[in-house]
Amino acid sequence: MKDLIEEYLVGQFAGKSFAPLEDQARIDLSEIIKHDNMQGGKLAFTTDSYVIFPLFFPGGDIGRLAVAGTVNDLSVGGAKPLYLSCSLIIEEGFALDDLRKIVASMHETAREAGVAIVTGDTKVVEKGAADKLFINTAGIGLIPFGVEISAGAAKVGDYIIINGTIGDHGASIVASRQDLALETSMQSDCRPLNHLIQSMLVASSEIHCLRDATRGGVATVLNEFAEASRVGIRLYENALPIQDETRGICEILGLDPLYLANEGKIVAVVAAESAGAILDAMKQQGFDQAAIIGEVIAAESPQVTMKTIFGGEKMIDLLTGDQLPRIC
Amino acid sequence: MKYVDEFRQPEKAEALFKAIDNLAAPLSDKLARAVHIMEFCGGHTHAIFRFGLEQRLSKSVELIHGPGCPVCVLPMGRVDDCVALAERPEVIFTTFGDAMRVPGSQKSLLQAKADGADIRMVYSPLDALNLAKKNPDREVIFFALGFETTMPSTALTVLQAAEGNISNFSLFCNHITTVPILESLLDSPTFNIDGFVVPGHVSMVVGEKPFATIAERYKKPMVITGFEPLDILQSLHMLLVQLQSGKPCLENQYARVVQKAGNIPGLMAMQKVFELREKFDWRGLGEIDKSGVKITEEYAAFDAERKFAVPNLKVDDPHECQCGEVLKGEIKPWQCKVFGAPCTPQNPLGALMVSSEGACAAYYSFGNTKELLDKRQEARPTK
Repeated sequence: MKDLIEEYLVGQFAGKSFAPLEDQARIDLSEIIKHDNMQGGKLAFTTDSYVIFPLFFPGGDIGRLAVAGTVNDLSVGGAKPLYLSCSLIIEEGFALDDLRKIVASMHETAREAGVAIVTGDTKVVEKGAADKLFINTAGIGLIPFGVEISAGAAKVGDYIIINGTIGDHGASIVASRQDLALETSMQSDCRPLNHLIQSMLVASSEIHCLRDATRGGVATVLNEFAEASRVGIRLYENALPIQDETRGICEILGLDPLYLANEGKIVAVVAAESAGAILDAMKQQGFDQAAIIGEVIAAESPQVTMKTIFGGEKMIDLLTGDQLPRIC
Repeated sequence: MKYVDEFRQPEKAEALFKAIDNLAAPLSDKLARAVHIMEFCGGHTHAIFRFGLEQRLSKSVELIHGPGCPVCVLPMGRVDDCVALAERPEVIFTTFGDAMRVPGSQKSLLQAKADGADIRMVYSPLDALNLAKKNPDREVIFFALGFETTMPSTALTVLQAAEGNISNFSLFCNHITTVPILESLLDSPTFNIDGFVVPGHVSMVVGEKPFATIAERYKKPMVITGFEPLDILQSLHMLLVQLQSGKPCLENQYARVVQKAGNIPGLMAMQKVFELREKFDWRGLGEIDKSGVKITEEYAAFDAERKFAVPNLKVDDPHECQCGEVLKGEIKPWQCKVFGAPCTPQNPLGALMVSSEGACAAYYSFGNTKELLDKRQEARPTK
């Protein structure tokens, strides 16, 4: 077990300066204090577990997902992510080659995000006790003084912004499952978004709510915002950026892109007058398809609705369980 | 997206909304009520709600969402049978995804799966047959469900299983047929529907004749219809033109897919593998003569009902449910005593709350909020 950690994890991750092979990473407090605006700032701390099938998918793998996911969970709170932990639960018999690839991918994604994986653990469990590989990552980041982003902060008149096409990750995962035999060029959008979010925060201090639209998709995040802020949210169907491939997969299987998972998409609720500046900042970061997709409206009870391309208005409710394909 | 966006052009829809309004208004004046049009295919119900078409229609036209969702009309006892089959240790039970959540009297297939039954979602019965080939030591059962739309693929799978001597494959057959249900609705004395949006995919299989016969016998306008918004709007327009002219007949709006004679190889396969049951039980509507099919004697080896002991118990619908009245258009979903409380998509009591294609679930999930909320509240205190 020690070999596994040394060969595959400590060798890859920037663990050495954080007391390698002690039972905990040791971070100098001076490292934290040196960041800007920390007087009155907050420490952000999060954890998430990653269990995805297949482990390797077009545009990513479970390792990239595990790093980007936790980086993004920190970032959407306005935090600058700094340190991650990584815990692997490996099913007996899992190919070491695959493990090596996944760990390399974690390393690469951490480098891209500018975070250090400073501590970790591996457990090997009996065959059947886990499905190949589960990864847990936890992360620590810093929220500078004055940044106050919250699901409950949406105000009537705010605009809803997304940083690109909806449902890419979910559609690529569905398409890559072998039982469907669909051939597409879909790629997951799995990526760390901390640099994007930092540039949005520089562009405007009027970002009220921010969340990454992972499991449950854009619809679920918007329902959370509406509920927490006690407002209505109205989407415009003709403003939603969705790739043709995603639409095609959804048409065939009877799925709705608004509920598909994303791994590189954030939904922001921003003051209307800041929307232009924030969109510009997003586009400068290479998110060309970033768009305003809706607005916050007054409502008697929290709800999300969508103006359809035909001018009708329909509810975008929370899902009951997972989306299931329809038969005909 | 090619071949899709052409059928979703808002400008064309606008023109159709207007034309529908112009035709419907005088007809509605004459009837002293709205013109009642029924669609009885879950796919149409889904599209109507998905695109928010209903609220854009003139008040002179009222859409009644008929019994076209095969998942919804599946009786609870049959779900119990599924669970009993799925819980046999030797069985891999395969099903389409949207049947997973249908409640039985004890549990749904989703709950049975969580309890350890080997239940797998498939996208085609052929996937189930392949599972049987790969797992020769297990019994693979396919939950065959749906109207005529899904029958050819099930029938062909049985024929392939027979040809390949795949003895560990069988069907739990719950296929149902459109014509008897339509006749039973039309024979009901309280039924007042003026025209029908006819299922496009069912027609693709059975052809025009069965519906042409009904249109003639009952003197009702019928239009075979595709599933895109412009298909549905055009079909409504065609139905109104028929009503205006007073010459009801069957027309085919979905000619790009539906051939007059239907899918002949598919029909031949169906004829070999299936025969009509004396009667079949429909959730919300009760038993209807000759409205379901079973596997013929020749292919009995592939019939899960013959192969395994199936409890086959009849479970009554909760007595407070008014699904039947909603299905016939006698009341609107929100006028049902239990709509919204306690019957919800999370905890469906009645058939129509089960799948997103069911009228009640569609209204509950997608229905235009304000109007529906008001109507829900209006309806509740008076009950």
